Amino acid sequence: MAVRPTTITVDDPHAGHAGGHHGDGAGRPPHLKHYFVSSEQQFDAAKLGMWLFLVTEILLFGGMFVAYGIYRSMYPELFSEASTQLDTVMGALNTIVLLGSSLTVAWSIRAIQMNNKKLCFWLLVTTIVLAGMFMVVKYFEYTHKFELGILPGQNMVYAEGTTFTLPGLGDGNIASGVGNADGADPGGAEANNAGAHAAEGTSLHDLAEAGVSTRADLHAEGAEHGYVPGEHGLTNQRAGLFFSIYYVMTGIHGLHVLIGMVAIGILAVKTWRGKYSDAWYTPVENVGLYWHVVDVIWIFLFPLMYLI
Amino acid sequence: MEREGTFWLPPQSSTTAHEVDALFYFILVMSVIIQVGVTYYLVKFAWKYRRRSHADRPVDVHPSKWLEISWVVVPTLLVFVVFFWGFKAFVSAGIAPDNAYQIHVVGKKWLWEFEYPDGTTSVGDLYVPVGEPIELIMTSTDVLHSFYVPEFRVKHDAIPNRYTTIWFEVKEEGEYQVLCTEYCGTAHSEMYAKVHAVDRGTFNDWLRTGGGNDNLPLNQLGELLYTKQACNNCHSVDGSSGIGPSWQGLWQAARPGSDEGVADANYIRTSIVNPNAYIVEGYQGAMPAYPNLTDRELNGLVAYIRDINGAWTAADSAAANDSTVVPADTLDVPTPDGDAELAPAD
Amino acid sequence: MSTTTAAAPVRTQSAPAPKHPPGHEPVHNYLLEPGPSPDVRGLARVWPTVKAWVTTVDHKRIGVMYLFAVSFFFAVAGIAALLVRAELMNPGSDFLTADEYNRMFTLHGVMMVFLFIVPSIPGSLGNFVLPIMLGVKDVAFPKLNLASFYVFIAGASIAVYAILSGGIDTGWTFYTPYSDETNTAVLPMTMAVFVAGFASILTGINFIVTIHKMRAPGLTWNRLPLFIWALYAVSIVQVLATPVVGITMILLAMERLLNIGIFDPALGGDPVLFQHFFWFYSHPAVYIMILPAFGVISELMGTFSRQKVFGYRAIALSSVAIAMLGFLVWGHHMFVSGQSPLSSIVFSLITFLIGVPSGIKVLNWVWTMYRGSVWLTTPMLYALSFLFLFTIGGLTGIMVGTLAVDVHLHDTYFVVAHFHYVMMGGTVMAMIGGLFYWWPKMFGRMMSETWGRISAGVVFFGFNMTFFTQFILGSQGMPRRYFTYLPEYHDLHQVSTIGSWFLGLGLLLVLGNMIWSLFKGKPAPGNPWGAATLEWTHATSPPDHHNFHRTPLVTHGPYDYGVLFSGDGYSGDGAGGDGSGGDGSRGPAPIPNPELGAPQEMEKSIDLGLAQPKPSRD
Repeated sequence: MAVRPTTITVDDPHAGHAGGHHGDGAGRPPHLKHYFVSSEQQFDAAKLGMWLFLVTEILLFGGMFVAYGIYRSMYPELFSEASTQLDTVMGALNTIVLLGSSLTVAWSIRAIQMNNKKLCFWLLVTTIVLAGMFMVVKYFEYTHKFELGILPGQNMVYAEGTTFTLPGLGDGNIASGVGNADGADPGGAEANNAGAHAAEGTSLHDLAEAGVSTRADLHAEGAEHGYVPGEHGLTNQRAGLFFSIYYVMTGIHGLHVLIGMVAIGILAVKTWRGKYSDAWYTPVENVGLYWHVVDVIWIFLFPLMYLI
Repeated sequence: MEREGTFWLPPQSSTTAHEVDALFYFILVMSVIIQVGVTYYLVKFAWKYRRRSHADRPVDVHPSKWLEISWVVVPTLLVFVVFFWGFKAFVSAGIAPDNAYQIHVVGKKWLWEFEYPDGTTSVGDLYVPVGEPIELIMTSTDVLHSFYVPEFRVKHDAIPNRYTTIWFEVKEEGEYQVLCTEYCGTAHSEMYAKVHAVDRGTFNDWLRTGGGNDNLPLNQLGELLYTKQACNNCHSVDGSSGIGPSWQGLWQAARPGSDEGVADANYIRTSIVNPNAYIVEGYQGAMPAYPNLTDRELNGLVAYIRDINGAWTAADSAAANDSTVVPADTLDVPTPDGDAELAPAD
Repeated sequence: MSTTTAAAPVRTQSAPAPKHPPGHEPVHNYLLEPGPSPDVRGLARVWPTVKAWVTTVDHKRIGVMYLFAVSFFFAVAGIAALLVRAELMNPGSDFLTADEYNRMFTLHGVMMVFLFIVPSIPGSLGNFVLPIMLGVKDVAFPKLNLASFYVFIAGASIAVYAILSGGIDTGWTFYTPYSDETNTAVLPMTMAVFVAGFASILTGINFIVTIHKMRAPGLTWNRLPLFIWALYAVSIVQVLATPVVGITMILLAMERLLNIGIFDPALGGDPVLFQHFFWFYSHPAVYIMILPAFGVISELMGTFSRQKVFGYRAIALSSVAIAMLGFLVWGHHMFVSGQSPLSSIVFSLITFLIGVPSGIKVLNWVWTMYRGSVWLTTPMLYALSFLFLFTIGGLTGIMVGTLAVDVHLHDTYFVVAHFHYVMMGGTVMAMIGGLFYWWPKMFGRMMSETWGRISAGVVFFGFNMTFFTQFILGSQGMPRRYFTYLPEYHDLHQVSTIGSWFLGLGLLLVLGNMIWSLFKGKPAPGNPWGAATLEWTHATSPPDHHNFHRTPLVTHGPYDYGVLFSGDGYSGDGAGGDGSGGDGSRGPAPIPNPELGAPQEMEKSIDLGLAQPKPSRD
């Protein structure tokens, strides 16, 4: 373990000072920063800092989970209907892959604690490979949905001839004017639902037009694989809302997986170069913690999105 | 105006205002007492114990448990009194009596539109019978607005796709100012309306005549609507450019992209009902939709636009003067129905 | 880092006296870089200094850079406020159109909230003072600290870009659906808030870890200065609340980019949900704004009353209590926004509960002066201003937290006045007081006491004239964010506008005083106020790069002024000094206490050639 001083150095000359008074700093390991008293203190500080950062991550996703909960309680039948579009097999595969990567990363921490640098390196590489598998599965899931025209919010494509009769938002609410198939919607200024042949109403949204061009591309792309945008069987006009939440949550989660891959990659390189040992493995431990949190968030996402 | 406000508050013109005011003054008096007390000790200590010389030394003070406990307990009790009082007043001001007369209110940029149970609509002028509880059922078609009448002490947001309600009972006849308090863009500070509290007879007459303008010639009706429907907030009639294009020079102006390529009667009617059908070059589609205007009112606006562009003759007036008086309906309360009248314009 | 290469010739310093043991020679203070040799000319002379500053990980330099950055944004946002007030001098358009006015008040709000007041005290004073108060050489993660500053600058740059590319007219609250459909620069501005939020999170993490893990030996939780307690509470709020505004801003950006519909009623979304999300951050955020001010005021009241802060534990714990309860009251911003009446009732109740600890604090601070030795310096005048103004702000908070009354007052000038009394009468007053207090420590110069007192008076007068009138305007029914108004409000608006000029003048005096002191101020002794916390008793003015020559051992509480006086029953010229104008020769000299060891000032001279005053032993 780390160098453990037996007494608190009260008279502590400024090691590492400009001009360098390293007289008393000679006994300090190279990784120990000059403003820490001991390796323990540095390790504890780093770990507490990481936990606090992870708390912020939980809260970031917490906001999305709250949105999920609120809209689920507002439109329960929409959620149960729309979630059938998600492939449970793919989701379950991803869950297993990610759990496996959690195991390898935990094992790699154990390995470096036992000073087994080679094992640690290969375990980190395995973790990256598993994370890569996760992202590949995600890619197939996403593109399949794009081909079906399942897009977030207003970009959702419906089958031709779908008639839109928006039920009220519960008691005492007014039907909103999302456009219907023939655009005869005097109130709905934004009478341009995807797939409807209404004249594109001018929306103030910056990228409405971008959504249109995507649709054209989708038609071309979907044709290759024999899919027609809109042929997903969904008629609920608020399906876009469910998929907005789906894309935002899984998208931000996927981004975290990518960041984790980069961080673990850096760790792997440094481990290869022998930077870490049983005396100094804080970064491995902290990135491991981060990776577990990414995993835990997925453990919540999977049942909420795919299963119920 | 015999209604008298005070230094702090506007006049109490609704039956619930006095409760709010009583609580307001209670908190105000308490606050002044506390503030004066704090300030007194602040100044007294700062002066009495000021440092007079370098040799000045503080005296050790032993913290007094009783003092600390007292200033935990006393404020706590005070705020509980205030909370329950406020809670009581909030509930009584929040729940409308069962016999309240219901009026639908729609907020849109930047006007208030009122719809009465018999279908009469008015913009910017809310006529209510005095001495009867009135319930407003509010919504918005674009962004958040908030309906506020300072003299009634009532306020509530109007939210798209949702109904919110407030109620009040006006104590005496008169005009009362309505303001919008939820920021809603350019003309937020001019989204005025007036509450006209009148006696029941006058109110019934006003309703029977559909807001009192059924017998006007079309072009005059249009002129009235121009201000009543708050068209003048965005459209000038003198050619100057506002948020929307001026009506001066609009008639038969080139409008590429429309059916006829010019601004004809059809174009104008379409633009009022569905403003985003055609957006004139150089303007943003900021106009709300007006699906609730009757055909006669739409024709009135067309007539008025023709009139100010010199394309309206007396013959047209004679031909168009086929007004029918709407019979006064029984004042039963309709339930909110889900037609597309209140579609949010984006 | 201030590492000097061996090749760089070091400017001759006053030769160290041989009495210093090895490893304890006097070194230059943190502000100064060893200059290049005299034959280096032009930019090359400046470059090493600039490089050393922009790459520094020294918490003191980061604090100073934060101070300049937030001061800049305070000035810009303040000018916007003056323009807004000037436009309101008369109804109708004076020199701004309605749209320009809307952009102007939004600029004022966004800049003041996100770029000034949230990072103000923690970023500048907190970064500078916290490690020295704890007896540490630096915060736990110095590089993260520097990253926090640059992330803040990045966010601020995006905000400036947003303003230059046409501004934004939604108000600082970005309420949907308006923010979703307006064609102003909402997207860059939301990203600016998102990025600047990270700076807040990083600072919070740094402070919590430093306070938990790095305190000097002997510095127990019961001996922590109250400023540290306050920063601790603030950091908790920063870490827990800021991510929520992050996700909110991402969702709003997605809404504008991709029409995802989460807040769009047309697609089944709920605009009121945005308000819940927004206030879930922004109400805790107002505690981020005010809690550091509580900490500063605790320090000032203690030091300038020469008295233990009354109810130390109550103040410390009420900070944490306020931080925690602050998460449960966001709904009081939405009494008329369509949330259920039941929620409104619960939120109102918790709001009142949070009022109690705030009230306890004020009474404790007032009682701190009781039988003390009150020294009415500029920082103390600002602290007393704070107590008066914050009390008004707090009491009107009770007013707007009351259900029925808030229905009338919500979104009127009464609310505007209320939060300006708390934010400006509270936080800004405390920050200026804290600056006057720690300025000698930060820059080694005294500010002008006379002009300081004058500025305190002018600011106090101008502030009340500006904002007290707004209470009356608001209760009479003048809604906020109005470009024009009904004629009956005209007189009070004029009074308020004229008051804003006085306020601006007072703040200019403060600014002038600071600039003057940097060039002409009297050199400051190590402990000009005779305070008892570590940054005054164990560090020079300005401090070394590493704050301390040896890790201090703490043996007494933060407000035990007695230990500074010689041990013979308070005789002699103890913690005195007139301090006015910073007469260095009469600065108070801590008497060495056998327990403490000699305070550092005694054993070293500062680079500026200022010998510390000799203690006048009897």
